[in-house]
Amino acid sequence: MRFSDQFEARFTEMLTHYPTKRSVLVPTLLYAQDEAGFLSDEVITEIAGRLDLTELDVRNVISYYSMLTTKPRGKFNVQVCRNISCLLRGADELIEHCEKKLGIAHKGTTPDGLFSFEEVECIGACSWAPAAQVNYDFHENLTAEKMDRILDEYRTKVQ
Amino acid sequence: MADSPKLVNLTVDGKPVSAPAGTLLIEACKNTGIEVPSFCYYPNLSLQGACRMCLVRVEKMPKLQTACTTGIAEGMVVVTDSDEIRQARKSMVEMLLGNHPLDCPVCDAGGECELQDMTFSYGAAESKFIELKQHRDEQQWSPVVYFDRPRCILCYRCVRVCGEGMDVWALGVDNRGAVSTIVPNQKDHLECEECGMCIDICPVGALTSGAYRYKTRPWEMKHVGTTCTHCADGCKTTLGVRRAETGMEIVRGDNRDKSGINGDFLCIKGRYGFDFCNNEDRLTQPLVRRGGRLVPATWEEAFEVIGKRFKSIVDREGGRAIGVIGSTRTTNEENYLLQKFARLLLGTNNIDHHRTADFPAFVAAIHGKSNATATMRDVYNAPAILLIGNDPTDEHPLLAWQIRNNVRLHNARLYIVNSRPIKLRRQATSFTQVPSEIDFTTFLGGDESRGSNVAREGWNTLREKLRAEQGLVIIFGSEIFGQGIQALAKFAASVPGAKLVCLGDYANSRGAADMGLYPDLLPGYSPISSAAKLHQEWKTLPEAPGMNIPQMFEAAKTGQLKALYVIGANPVGRLNILHSGLNNTFLVVQDMFLTETAALAEVVLPAANAYEKAGTFTNTCGDIQILKKAGDVTTTKPDFEMIVRIADAMGFDVHKLVPFGHGVHADMGQSRGAQSGEADQHSVWLEANGLEPKVSPFDPMAILDEIQRLVPGYDVSRLELMAGNDQHTSIAAMGSGSVQSPELIVPAKNNLFTSGTLGRYSRALNSVIENKDPEPAEEVSAD
Repeated sequence: MRFSDQFEARFTEMLTHYPTKRSVLVPTLLYAQDEAGFLSDEVITEIAGRLDLTELDVRNVISYYSMLTTKPRGKFNVQVCRNISCLLRGADELIEHCEKKLGIAHKGTTPDGLFSFEEVECIGACSWAPAAQVNYDFHENLTAEKMDRILDEYRTKVQ
Repeated sequence: MADSPKLVNLTVDGKPVSAPAGTLLIEACKNTGIEVPSFCYYPNLSLQGACRMCLVRVEKMPKLQTACTTGIAEGMVVVTDSDEIRQARKSMVEMLLGNHPLDCPVCDAGGECELQDMTFSYGAAESKFIELKQHRDEQQWSPVVYFDRPRCILCYRCVRVCGEGMDVWALGVDNRGAVSTIVPNQKDHLECEECGMCIDICPVGALTSGAYRYKTRPWEMKHVGTTCTHCADGCKTTLGVRRAETGMEIVRGDNRDKSGINGDFLCIKGRYGFDFCNNEDRLTQPLVRRGGRLVPATWEEAFEVIGKRFKSIVDREGGRAIGVIGSTRTTNEENYLLQKFARLLLGTNNIDHHRTADFPAFVAAIHGKSNATATMRDVYNAPAILLIGNDPTDEHPLLAWQIRNNVRLHNARLYIVNSRPIKLRRQATSFTQVPSEIDFTTFLGGDESRGSNVAREGWNTLREKLRAEQGLVIIFGSEIFGQGIQALAKFAASVPGAKLVCLGDYANSRGAADMGLYPDLLPGYSPISSAAKLHQEWKTLPEAPGMNIPQMFEAAKTGQLKALYVIGANPVGRLNILHSGLNNTFLVVQDMFLTETAALAEVVLPAANAYEKAGTFTNTCGDIQILKKAGDVTTTKPDFEMIVRIADAMGFDVHKLVPFGHGVHADMGQSRGAQSGEADQHSVWLEANGLEPKVSPFDPMAILDEIQRLVPGYDVSRLELMAGNDQHTSIAAMGSGSVQSPELIVPAKNNLFTSGTLGRYSRALNSVIENKDPEPAEEVSAD
């Protein structure tokens, strides 16, 4: 299992921040997921080994956090907020629109592996509701048309 | 021991309570007789605060507090029962019952379920939930462990006992909130030590065992607390027995009452390995060889055949033509009786047993020293432990538990010296890998010629550390024998307060040794030449040393050994002796199964096992404990009775063998079963009133009298023993011992899932072995 040099540098640095090794588990998982796309068995074995944890321990933590996943996702993970502010400003319609447009439901991935879609809890962008997050990018004050444009932009990005 | 912490005073429900600083509120309440309910709190495990059942009102605190995570403080005023508290607890029960299936009538835990009890106490009979219950199918995680997810109340006791108590860490929690669930380490199955701690600690029926599930209702069983018959650690086990066609069937083993040296600990063998008793291959009637084949016979016929042959051989050729091999799984009383039978009746010292440790050398090394040996309880409390050789996790599960939890709960320092990287090194302060353990003990004893320069430097540092320890317990395996033990004892004598433990392998290996199953040593390790006390009692004793096991078989081959009497042992299976070697020897075997040895016999007598008889066992530390009859296969007999019957068939006055009640004629032949007749009810009554019957020649307690009188170091409190408490015998008070030939010591090499002959006939143990290794396993060595 090989990670990037940047990952390794971060990992080594993080270890110095805490008195116990297991404290760096969550950020390590997040960085590993950013690189590998998801947390495969291989990644889990590697990280468990590095931090002297059982694989079971690592899996338990992954399953606790909805941002961590053990299943492959699309290249772009579209997360539409469904909490109260967004709901009041049309999140339901937006979610329905995304599902139709992408042809997938909550937690689904398009057959070309480009997009995944999920409804998420508050992403902290209430002032600009309805809001969505694609990977780490925020998109705010969304409408169906705006969402279409954003998704198309991501599609052209890869081509 | 550190200074006792200062007492803190508080008020609970208007009563003044004081407890040492640092005590948890829930414990302080319990100690004064106030029960605060809880699911997740479990003594000696980390705190969880998950179930919210132990909520109490603490004055000046804004909300109800969890008594299991609140430490006591000076002047605290606590209320544990009020309308507010009852309502809070009721709401918790109601929530737990929200998705809990109401399958109590078929659930294993029904009748001994903490959720049932809690519902009964707090009455959450009505539910505000109208949603459908979320059903999940039950899962089988191993041959032993089943999981029924909807029954789980997420107290995490199983997760904690597996990790913290067992150091296995095979259970975890996936997800969060309402969808949290207990999961096994291999996604859909468990890879673990299969100890079953998780099952017994489960307050509900979420975790159930393959051995017991759906077999019976708890209230249909009778429970008998006795001593485990597998390894040499001597765990107390409570066997649940139920009427069966053949007598009383054992259906469950656990130790939920936490009595005994093991508390609630049991390994897989103690918990599920009792099923050899019910194996269909079990011998249920005497067999006598006629026309070359073993055919069923009556007990009378069998005893007559044996009595006649033994008598004619003794009369014609004397005792030296007969050999006796005893067992490491029969009781002290049976072992003592057997050697008395051999020496007094047969007039021979040809007696031996399967030796797994050099106890005679141990006695010789510590002879006359006081407080030289540690108890199993000491291992849990000692401030420091030195473990040389052995792998207790596999071979001595209780010892490993005591060591692990001593380190975890009392910060004991553990020093390990081993040729292999054993699992307990994870708890060790220092782990020293050595090419051979005996080199290290020789070094400790002062002979610094062995080992490399670099190694010796490390050993020296370790030795200095060990010398500075107060109350060190030194535990050593069968890697250390003879002079090695001498060297170790010499070192121990130089460390103030140091105590020793010598590890043998079978349930009563130590007892067999203590009771004199040696050709050159009498009970209590007295050399045969210097046994004045026994001479006085028995009048005649054979003077010449006898033959050991290999010598007996050699003598059988050359035709000098005319008869061999084997009890609960399988030397043929173990020592690989050619069948033809025994062709001209009259072989009598008492066993539960037709072992390789039994198959060659002229007469085979079906024996009861340790779960089916009374008596005592001495564990490897020297702690003596009582056995109580739990199971019963009515067509078998305890070895004790069979020895007496053979003596009787030889025309011997059995009063000289067993000093039972003079002139009393009662209970003859009926005193075996705890459930099988009027005589037994009589014995139950006697026992309930703290009386010992001793009116029958088959009563082991009559021999225990003699043991306590004649074997030094066994003069323990009979009262404590009868009460079910472990008593430490003093091996250092015994005879002078002797150094034995090391080739005679054959370690059992049992692991967690094997147990000699018993293991071969245990379905539970075999199913785990097959599950772990689908390839046909190599035949395990039999005892």
